[in-house]
Amino acid sequence: MAIEVRIPTILRTYTGGERVVDGAGSTVTEVIDQLETDHAGIKERLIENGEARRFVNIYVNDEDIRFTGNLQTPVADGDTVVILPAVAGGSADV
Amino acid sequence: MLTIDRATHDAIIAHARRDHPDEACGVVAGPAGSDRPARHVPMLNAAMSPTFYEFDSGDLLRLYREMDDNDEDPVVIYHSHTATEAYPSRTDVNLAGEPGAHYVLVSTRDGAHESGPVDFRSYRIVDGEVTEEEVRVVDRYDTAPITQQKAEH
Repeated sequence: MAIEVRIPTILRTYTGGERVVDGAGSTVTEVIDQLETDHAGIKERLIENGEARRFVNIYVNDEDIRFTGNLQTPVADGDTVVILPAVAGGSADV
Repeated sequence: MLTIDRATHDAIIAHARRDHPDEACGVVAGPAGSDRPARHVPMLNAAMSPTFYEFDSGDLLRLYREMDDNDEDPVVIYHSHTATEAYPSRTDVNLAGEPGAHYVLVSTRDGAHESGPVDFRSYRIVDGEVTEEEVRVVDRYDTAPITQQKAEH
């Protein structure tokens, strides 16, 4: 059994339009490295300076990884990883 | 062009007025591929700020799961500016993550949160490029089958 990775609309250009792809690895970092191998270019959209980007949300089995160990969050076969761009903005510059 | 029913249009303005001076935010979901905003989902601004908005990450996950289950798209993503015009800021453009959505901005500046007209404008934001589009407010959607209209009211 593989890890299910759900890809948001804006990143499906990297996955040939696929909403769900197979992942592999024992941590979120490893899953993202495998994603990069399969879908070159996607990693840069998720990671910045070795950390998950501030305005990208990553969940493992419905838990935001910010609360479970960030990129070191463990992942196992059968788990679901969801990637969602933050819905955010506003009049201030950030 | 964004076509939106009056009840939803008015509900978005009411939400923006209610949350003033903080920015209000939300989504109007619609059947996938229909481009028809049908189900208004006001969201909590987790930033609770007059100059920034962000959906709570748990709320965001639930919303997207719900839309997946219902076979819906986020047809409209809206927020308010409370001291500036209803035009996407640099932050809005940088963070826009739904190329298929109509980004609606309303402005409650200059006392509009209490009375008078509220600017209600719509944009496409794709690859950092902003294109304003016409907003057509209709009493109801002509093409909606009768059964669906009943379900919506």
